[in-house]
Amino acid sequence: METSIWRALLYLVGIMAFAGVNAAWLGWCERKGAARIQRRTGPMEAGYQGLLQPLCDGAKLLSKQLLVPQGVDGILFRVAPVLAMIPAITSMVVIPFSENVGARNMELSVLLLFALASIGMIAILLGGWASGNKYAIISGARSVSQNLAYEIPMLVTVITVVMISGSMNLRDIALDQQGGFWHWNIFRLENGHFVTMWISFLIFFICSVAETNRAPFDMAEAESELVAGFMTEYGSMGFGLFMMGEYLNIVVGACLTATLFLGGWDGPFGMTSGIWWFLIKIYILIFTFIWIRWTFPRVQIYRLLNLSWKILIPFSMANLLITAALIKVF
Amino acid sequence: MTVPVAPRHDETFVLNVGPQHPATHGVLRVKMTMDGEYIVKAEPVLGYIHRMHEKLAEAGSYAQFMPNTARMDYLHALAFNHGWALAVEKAAGIEVPERAEYIRVITVELNRIASHLLWWAAFLLDLGGFTPLLYAFDDREQIIDLLERITGSRLTYCYMRFGGVYNDIDDEFITGTRAFIKRLRSRWQRMYHDLVTGNIILIKRIKDIGFISQEQCRRYGATGPVARGSGINYDVRKNEAYSVYSEFDFDIPVYNECDSMARYMVRMDEVEQSLRIIEQALDKLPEGPVMAKVPKVLKPEAGYYYSAVETARGALGHRLVCTGDKNPYKLKLRSPTFCNLSLFGEVAEGMLLADALAFMGSLDLVIPEIDR
Repeated sequence: METSIWRALLYLVGIMAFAGVNAAWLGWCERKGAARIQRRTGPMEAGYQGLLQPLCDGAKLLSKQLLVPQGVDGILFRVAPVLAMIPAITSMVVIPFSENVGARNMELSVLLLFALASIGMIAILLGGWASGNKYAIISGARSVSQNLAYEIPMLVTVITVVMISGSMNLRDIALDQQGGFWHWNIFRLENGHFVTMWISFLIFFICSVAETNRAPFDMAEAESELVAGFMTEYGSMGFGLFMMGEYLNIVVGACLTATLFLGGWDGPFGMTSGIWWFLIKIYILIFTFIWIRWTFPRVQIYRLLNLSWKILIPFSMANLLITAALIKVF
Repeated sequence: MTVPVAPRHDETFVLNVGPQHPATHGVLRVKMTMDGEYIVKAEPVLGYIHRMHEKLAEAGSYAQFMPNTARMDYLHALAFNHGWALAVEKAAGIEVPERAEYIRVITVELNRIASHLLWWAAFLLDLGGFTPLLYAFDDREQIIDLLERITGSRLTYCYMRFGGVYNDIDDEFITGTRAFIKRLRSRWQRMYHDLVTGNIILIKRIKDIGFISQEQCRRYGATGPVARGSGINYDVRKNEAYSVYSEFDFDIPVYNECDSMARYMVRMDEVEQSLRIIEQALDKLPEGPVMAKVPKVLKPEAGYYYSAVETARGALGHRLVCTGDKNPYKLKLRSPTFCNLSLFGEVAEGMLLADALAFMGSLDLVIPEIDR
């Protein structure tokens, strides 16, 4: 692959634009989606159907003072929101949007993505710890135990996918699933993988909801218990960065799910493949995230951990074994 | 629920929940001594919006206290109106026309449904479900619109008078109420029970959590859905029937599980029973005046009087001391939420923070009524 400075710049601008637009307008989508589910209209004032609302929100957040309360760890308090944002944007580098659209084709891109995802958790922990607020500290502790619990089944399911494709390169994994939906990992006919892979898909999806701290697994910002959790002391753009980081994490989670299980940019019936299929898939997944959030109440923290340790981890382990056996037998 | 790890009590910190916290729904403050996420000790701190309503009653005439009653339990204000009217009518020996009694029952029960719907909405909000709030508010809005036409206000009603009610109801109110009953019944199973009551996360969050024994209920004087969720069949409307409640056929829902789910189910069933009462009252509604002939200035005979009504949260008692003057000599209110909240500290001990706040939601606290 040629490495020209123009290519790098183009992708830098492209990815920043994609990330920025998503981070801002997913908030709008969320509000509109919630409004639809709750039989109201959502934002309507700023622009057509409130489409300019994210810009107004951004302007408002930017113009507010970044208040650093007394007694907080000043450096960590300022670094934490940035840390929430950076890994999410960086993750976009290795995501293959289609066969030829992708900033970097890395051999170990799956590994890189999960390494970056772990940093997001540190941002929440740091934000909670540096705030010096009891609610924020409880929230930080909760998010660590939650993320640890859900990273295990998530990684184990990813290993099954990696075993099937024989590669840790996201582009190769997607290329391996071309040619109609029966080649996608979730319904894969070859070697009879469809028997277990849809369970893997469910486990992976549940884990990505939990990893992104989304309702009903939003332990870290359970507002009826912990006020605003780790964001309690944040205002202005510190809060804004955390929110944008959350939406970007959702985008990354949806991209990963689409690439690992849903064939990436492949059309379902052997139709013309292309970037649009990838985008359709990720936005359907993102809508599902929103749909879940506005439908379910929040679970308790210990039930959340039980779900992972007692159900998801054993199931993902069993899936791993069965998949390995299937590969060996056929 | 089995607690997986026994809490250690050697390292604790104090978590100040409230007076401004999203889960306390008002200015209640609970000082929680925490061990991690386990509650070692929970101590409700009251008095942040104490307004001396009972003392204010002594300062004005009997009628002047009527608007104050709505400012205590603002969610079931008409029951507080009704309670005060009953107490004074008992003291002054005023007969209320039958039509007025029926109108009182209809409006109080409509208000009870509105109160339960709001509790349901707020409870689900405590559990992290935001959508049910808007569904419940949709239905509650219908009730409030109906009551607004009759009483003139939307939340803090001052509708009852000694000897009747302020305003007669008209045909539009009656057809509107019948339409509302039909609408709520058609939505009840689908929007409330199928969508929320049957939700696995909700069941896991409130079943077998927040256990209140019958003995605790008796010791703290808990009434209303809290007591009925613990298997105590006590409802002032049935046991010490006042007004015209004895003329209606309705059940008192009682559950024996003693947990938050039981209290939830009691309130949900009560809404259906209230609908039955309203329907019967509309069918039987007699013609006639809505106001008795009552002297402008009331001077009840000297003595002690007590009357009780059932509000959405339990038994409300008025103990009135009269000296034959135009002002009450002394008024003591026995408000249901005050007793129900007293349970919290004892029951919440050893619970996780999230469970304790869900349990607090199941008590249906209205803070201005505690502080008065």
